Amino acid sequence: MLKVTNLECVRGENSLFKDINFILEAGELLQVNGPNGSGKTSLLRILCGLAKPAYGEIQWRGNFIHSLDEEYHSVITYLGHLNGVKDNLTAIENLCISCALAGNEIDEKKAYGALQYMGLGGREALPVKVLSQGQRRRVTLARLLVCSTVLWILDEPLVALDNAAVDLVQRLLEQHLEEGGMVVMTTHQEINVTAVLTKRLQLV
Amino acid sequence: MFLWVIRRDLLLAMRQRADVLTTLFFFVIVVSLFPLGVGPEINMLRAMAPGVVWVAALLASMLSLERMFFSDYLDGTLEQMLLSPEPLSLLVLGKALAHWLVTGVPLALIAPILGVQFDLSIDALLVLTASLLLGTPILSLIGAIGAALTLGLRGGGVLVSLLVLPLYIPVLIFGAGAVEASSVGLGASAHLSLLGAFLLLSLVFAPWAAAVALRISLE
Repeated sequence: MLKVTNLECVRGENSLFKDINFILEAGELLQVNGPNGSGKTSLLRILCGLAKPAYGEIQWRGNFIHSLDEEYHSVITYLGHLNGVKDNLTAIENLCISCALAGNEIDEKKAYGALQYMGLGGREALPVKVLSQGQRRRVTLARLLVCSTVLWILDEPLVALDNAAVDLVQRLLEQHLEEGGMVVMTTHQEINVTAVLTKRLQLV
Repeated sequence: MFLWVIRRDLLLAMRQRADVLTTLFFFVIVVSLFPLGVGPEINMLRAMAPGVVWVAALLASMLSLERMFFSDYLDGTLEQMLLSPEPLSLLVLGKALAHWLVTGVPLALIAPILGVQFDLSIDALLVLTASLLLGTPILSLIGAIGAALTLGLRGGGVLVSLLVLPLYIPVLIFGAGAVEASSVGLGASAHLSLLGAFLLLSLVFAPWAAAVALRISLE
């Protein structure tokens, strides 16, 4: 369970958002909406512990996330604006390495399977720099298939994806939520994911 | 985990060989310029050799410092490392070690060949290599702190040298001192032990300091 109380984020002199409160239970999806510059990315970075809030607290199963630190990192997967893939490595190397760094070593067979599922069959051994923007995004998203984390924090996961891939991601999210996972995501696209409960958070 | 970081950075270095070779060639050229510039006065060359090789090694290892975290910062992989369930200082240690394997070790291995230009004796060449092998990991470790602190700043490259070069001074003094001491017959063990002590100290503190700096830089 993720519990956020009175969260406030300050950039320079301005307060981006304040008094953010929500509770996320197993199987729930939180969709963060808001115009550009309203602090969606800042909120997600605070939620995963990369940035500190100006005020307020975040608790994971009753413990503050800054006291859990590395333990908290082992239950979340954060996919940000940046794809987090190395241009000079192949898709398969990227996937294996990013999983290993996230504390979840996988074998090549599993990685091949994940890439195939993401529609990258036959392109696994190409350096990522020759792939298109959408294909790179698919390499990044393939991590979601093989990770075993509970809380997914996704910043605009659908950017640059075609319709088929959007469907794929939606199904992936549904499956994760069905298994009792939690998702916090931002998107400007209309998504169609059935969850136990879909919460919306509007930033202004 | 730790091994994965090293493996990853070595793999990347293999794919971008130009970066590695630039550092090495810089070292070779700077060291070779001195005998050409100073002239064939053997006693003078012998006296200045340790200092020249060591200063060139400092500059060469600094040349590649900026890259230690910067490309990972740009493509978001550094962000992912910060979210790793492993201690960040361990990851930093891995990255510093990979940096040393790619820059420090080749420098130390090629140094005896360059030392011949300065007419150093075999003993002095061995001590030179030993001091570089002990000293260059310190450069990578201290450099990691500087690279982490200046991450994402404009003109970070220049700032890194201002931050890190003063900290390199003890390594330079004892590294070059070891070779001088052995060539005048004093034995290099005292200097090398001190270098070893510096290495242990920086192995303990530098990854931790660099990890803290990274967290601040990425916030």
